[in-house]
Amino acid sequence: MSATDQTATPATTATGAELPKFGETILKVTDLQKHFPRRTKGIIPRPDAPVKAVDGITFELRRGETLGIVGESGCGKSTAGRTVLQLLKPTGGTIEYLGEDITGVTGGDWRRLRTEMQMVFQDPYGSLNPRQTVGAIVGAPFVIQGIKPKRGVKAEVQDLLARVGLNPEHYNRYPHEFSGGQRQRIGIARAIALRPNLIVADEPVSALDVSIQAQVVNLLEDIQNEFNLTYVFIAHDLSVVRHISDRVAVMYLGKVMEVADRDELYANPQHPYTQALLSAVPLPDPRKANKRERILLTGDLPSPINPPSGCVFHTRCPKFRTELSDSDKARCTGEVPQQREIAPNHTVSCHYPGPPPAEILVLEDDPEAAYDPTALRGAGDEEVVTATGSDDPADPTRA
Amino acid sequence: MSTSATTDHAARGASGSGDVPALLSVRELRVHFPTEDGVVKAVDDLSFDLAPGATLGIVGESGSGKSVTSQAIMGLHRGTRAKVGGQILFDGVDLLTISDEELRRRRGQDVAMVFQDPLSALHPYYTVGNQLVEAYRVHHDVSKQAARARVIEMLDRVGIPSPQARFGNYPHEFSGGMRQRAMIAMALINDPRLIIADEPTTALDVTVQAQILDLLVGLQKEFGSSIIIITHDLGVVAEMADDILVMYGGKAVERGDADTIFYSPEHPYAWGLLRSMPRMDRLRTERLVPIAGNPPSLINLPTGCSFHPRCEYATAELGCFTTAPPFDAESDHPVRCLIPHTERLDIFENSVRPSL
Repeated sequence: MSATDQTATPATTATGAELPKFGETILKVTDLQKHFPRRTKGIIPRPDAPVKAVDGITFELRRGETLGIVGESGCGKSTAGRTVLQLLKPTGGTIEYLGEDITGVTGGDWRRLRTEMQMVFQDPYGSLNPRQTVGAIVGAPFVIQGIKPKRGVKAEVQDLLARVGLNPEHYNRYPHEFSGGQRQRIGIARAIALRPNLIVADEPVSALDVSIQAQVVNLLEDIQNEFNLTYVFIAHDLSVVRHISDRVAVMYLGKVMEVADRDELYANPQHPYTQALLSAVPLPDPRKANKRERILLTGDLPSPINPPSGCVFHTRCPKFRTELSDSDKARCTGEVPQQREIAPNHTVSCHYPGPPPAEILVLEDDPEAAYDPTALRGAGDEEVVTATGSDDPADPTRA
Repeated sequence: MSTSATTDHAARGASGSGDVPALLSVRELRVHFPTEDGVVKAVDDLSFDLAPGATLGIVGESGSGKSVTSQAIMGLHRGTRAKVGGQILFDGVDLLTISDEELRRRRGQDVAMVFQDPLSALHPYYTVGNQLVEAYRVHHDVSKQAARARVIEMLDRVGIPSPQARFGNYPHEFSGGMRQRAMIAMALINDPRLIIADEPTTALDVTVQAQILDLLVGLQKEFGSSIIIITHDLGVVAEMADDILVMYGGKAVERGDADTIFYSPEHPYAWGLLRSMPRMDRLRTERLVPIAGNPPSLINLPTGCSFHPRCEYATAELGCFTTAPPFDAESDHPVRCLIPHTERLDIFENSVRPSL
């Protein structure tokens, strides 16, 4: 399993389709909706206005990249992740995988697709069955899919455990014998068991302490390089998302507000919500923290049952409140802004996007050269190989 | 001012200014829980001072003893099996030796607490307003109407819109940020001199967190209270704290003012914490530098320096594996590390700072 063969052999999927090159679209989500139905209370329940958890989001995922999805709780980012994997049935829109519409796929077809798309969950306590051994948990994908590895399931599972930095001899232990970080490693081993192409990681490190968080982030990056994975990384922590993502989508109340390459988004956020979000992150640097201005949002997230008209953000938008004229405001309250491209690879859903105020920016250094959007991971194989050769202290081979 | 050389040294750094008498002095605090598996030394030999109006940040990973410290100050270990030792001097009075009656009088009045999870800290069965009225009337002999007016004033002060209407709401009818505001209102209603905020914003989103931190700072300026803020988020302490206490395995491993801890920390654990987090204000690094291993079990702390199994600089020659490090007398602020002071500065300058 080396990272160097990824361009040599034409990679195919379980369904026989050919995988695209690195940097080309692997998954395309168009106008995806997930509305949860509600019923009125009372003697005769009737359908009521649904909860619009995800309300028309559009993005594409390129092979080998990490797309970060950020937003406050309740913005629909987890629902979006689950709907993409059809753990929740979408109520509208399409999901195309390798150019094929997989929105309505069910049964055996879907089971085959599952081998290519996996999920890592947030809660390392709730996502592992406490009554199964680690061996059974990580081996479950083989059993469910009826796949018989050459050397047997046990050997394969032990390899996987070693790969994620666990002791293979812990095959027969139960989840409660492991710490939070180790459990998250078990969840990762299970997700990569069938060598998927795409992993949706829903807040995989938010339940962990900072020192452990860094170990798991490094592990996720290593296995991405080793197994040529494409990630959707859902998190509320903007610093972690900046570290791991190539592109970032910002969600608010079921809609995508802004999508851009990572450095562009953090250095030049155009949407007032993105700007407020970035300015709210506390900086671990007292001098900078004192100098920086914050854009304070007032109030709370509106209810997704009854979202504001027009632009859903207008009720809390600082620009709407202070800068816009009445006629401009009418547009914000009356017309839903569409996702539009304002620069290559940078889309914004705002009628009046603009550069951020200088006081909120925190990067003094020039962010140039840190990221070249044309060169996705597949191109940088040499570095990738050395990186997996692990100076990670969490690596079991280091001892 | 001191009882012994070590406490004298220990008292420096966290008090900020030497001329103002400390509001709170914790001396050699120990909180041990006897369990079937052995004694859990949740807090062991902890000392610090807090000046009036100052903010102390306590940082550390889960299980480092941060929350147990705050519970001990509030006297919440009374009547449990916990063994509490040392001194907690509040304005010169030892909170560990006063009567239950006296403690009850001071709790809320002198020292108030903001808990991490307001949904479980607020009573689900009573309206928010009634809970605040109760908190106020415990310490003030006033009519219900007068208390109600005061509560509405406080709810308004912490930024809850239409406080009159919100007075009669139950906690579940509030959003997370609003509940935390109500908690802060409850903590402040008796105008306490010390507020202990235990992970006050951990359950909140960044935008709401910014609102709450802003509120706390504003109220502190207005009321002149001291704050102890307990968190694992170094960003939050950087924004809030004057002094910082870094805890590991139940002990304070380093203590100093915010500038010292962020710009010239000396303990390898503090280095590890600073290095392991991804930072938005720096150029993106290719890889994070985690601290190896896992936090220790408090029942079976490693011998010697409890950080040694995870410390890349620990050696047998220094005695890291066998000797529990005292505070290093050579350093200008309290650091529990056996690496010689000059060498530590050297390591920080040459190999840690460049990777921060």
